[in-house]
Amino acid sequence: MRLPRLLLPVTILGLCQAGWAQSPTYGLGKTPSAEDIRAWDIAISPTGKELPPGSGTAKEGAQLYAQKCAACHGATGSGGKAPPLIRSKSASTTSGPCLAPCVREGNVMATHSPYATTIWDYINRGMPFLQEGTLKPNEVYALTAFLLYKNDVIHEDDVIDAQSLPQIKMPNADGYALPEWKHGMPRAFPNKP
Amino acid sequence: MDSKKPSRRKFLKSGAAVAGLAAVQSASGQTAAPEARPQKSLKDLIAYGERSHFVTSIRVPVVERPSPDAFGLTFHVLSPLQDSVGIITPSSLHFVGTHRGSIVPDIDPKEHRLMIHGMVDRPLEFSMEELKRFPSVSRVHFIECLGNHSKAEYKTVQETHGLTSCSEWTGVPLSLLLKEVGVQKGAAWVVSEGSEEVKGAGSIRLAKAMDDVLVAYGQNGEALRPQQGFPLRLVVPGFEGIYNTKWLRRIKVVDRYYMTYNDYGHISNDPKVAALTFRWGPKSVITFPSGGQQLPGPGFYQITGLAWSGGGAVRRVEVSTDGGQTWKDAELRGAIHPMAHIRFGMNWKWEGQECVLQSRCTDELGDVQPTRAQVAKFFNVAPDYYHTHGVQGSDNTIQPWRVAGDGSVHNAIA
Repeated sequence: MRLPRLLLPVTILGLCQAGWAQSPTYGLGKTPSAEDIRAWDIAISPTGKELPPGSGTAKEGAQLYAQKCAACHGATGSGGKAPPLIRSKSASTTSGPCLAPCVREGNVMATHSPYATTIWDYINRGMPFLQEGTLKPNEVYALTAFLLYKNDVIHEDDVIDAQSLPQIKMPNADGYALPEWKHGMPRAFPNKP
Repeated sequence: MDSKKPSRRKFLKSGAAVAGLAAVQSASGQTAAPEARPQKSLKDLIAYGERSHFVTSIRVPVVERPSPDAFGLTFHVLSPLQDSVGIITPSSLHFVGTHRGSIVPDIDPKEHRLMIHGMVDRPLEFSMEELKRFPSVSRVHFIECLGNHSKAEYKTVQETHGLTSCSEWTGVPLSLLLKEVGVQKGAAWVVSEGSEEVKGAGSIRLAKAMDDVLVAYGQNGEALRPQQGFPLRLVVPGFEGIYNTKWLRRIKVVDRYYMTYNDYGHISNDPKVAALTFRWGPKSVITFPSGGQQLPGPGFYQITGLAWSGGGAVRRVEVSTDGGQTWKDAELRGAIHPMAHIRFGMNWKWEGQECVLQSRCTDELGDVQPTRAQVAKFFNVAPDYYHTHGVQGSDNTIQPWRVAGDGSVHNAIA
């Protein structure tokens, strides 16, 4: 016996709303300013449209890496107590489930991520440990360039900015699958009674 | 109001009288009085109740990651399913999964805001007080981490299955808030983001966001616990835990998949694997008798456990006591909520022989919980593949427990 879904009143309300030409029903909340939105708008689309102005190169990134990253991720980008960031050529590329953030030797973000924008997003919001959110846009561009260069994705003197970052051809560009989801869709596993 | 005071005093007095009576009875040898315990202050006893000191069930860190880790943090924390009764996980025993282990933000709800923007007609920002003025709903749902996978070396059901928990969540349907801001044509995905140190963010399809997702501030009759996202979290029924964004402060409606911080670690390049992630399939596990427990001897027992599915309501749970050769329907003992734990049970007389117990769940979509051998066949790997690898996608495989002749219970994954 399935309990009645409490969605029903909401659905009915939604139908009424449709006839009201887009006007809000409850009138609660405030309109955020453009500046409020910009300050929080840090999830980066693969198109890069949220990327801020700024730029960086691998050379600038090398210095920053030594100062802000090497202590945890290792001077050479692996072997530290934090996950590896620079691929060691001999490592395997085994894939399979692991707990997020899922990083392995040979499967570092610069080669595994389908989008360069994801690397920028990750560093910008999540690094360095205990100083998250303190990196300036130029520093995030430079560190992203450094990791891409050290993993043979870009050249050392490539300038990375809001225009060039989304254009980078990533080695694993097509390397992920995005399943459909519909309410009531059975699981894609052939195990029926 | 004041008139109530005397009667309250009278009640306390009569309580003391009853206690005195008990002591007298004890002295006369009729009733063994409980041993006197040092009392907490009356204020502590009134303010927030505590469980008995005889009840010692606790959470523990996941097995495969040292705790504290290299950064001094405790990573994911397992719920003690072996001690669970009914379907609700006490909030204080709910499993915990966080990006950075034990770092939990300390958020003043008066300062907290939820911003909804992106491809909407009216971007809006809500205070907690404003969110609580919207029509609310309360629903029972499980949340389960993708990391919840069983391995042969895990000993207890806490280790094999402790990254799932079930609560009554109270909040505002996300669909209601999205209608309030007016979703624009072309929108297809929703990015939700937390306010913790890394601003953990993940992406779900707009279809799911408009279906049954909650913006929740309540858990089991009170405010969310800080480890569960206080003061606000997303509850995405049936989906992997990571999409249930905690400490929620921002929702952005977008036109495509973003692959942001939380998403990255959960992508798969194999469409067959990816199709078995995002939402959970039908799953169940026997919590008694389970690994590490001990049957005192032959006789009557109830075999009991939990079943759930991300596909909707549980329709059927079967139990086998002979290693999967024959199956019998178990009773579903209690109300069935879609995408929630259900308690099942089966009466059982143990004759003292060695046997293997397992349970199998079927959900309302007709999906049936598979064996590990069936999953191995599906992925075209050798049956012993899972000795060294986790099950691909979300692991909802059947968990066998072996009851030895001496009544000890062991993980029987081969």
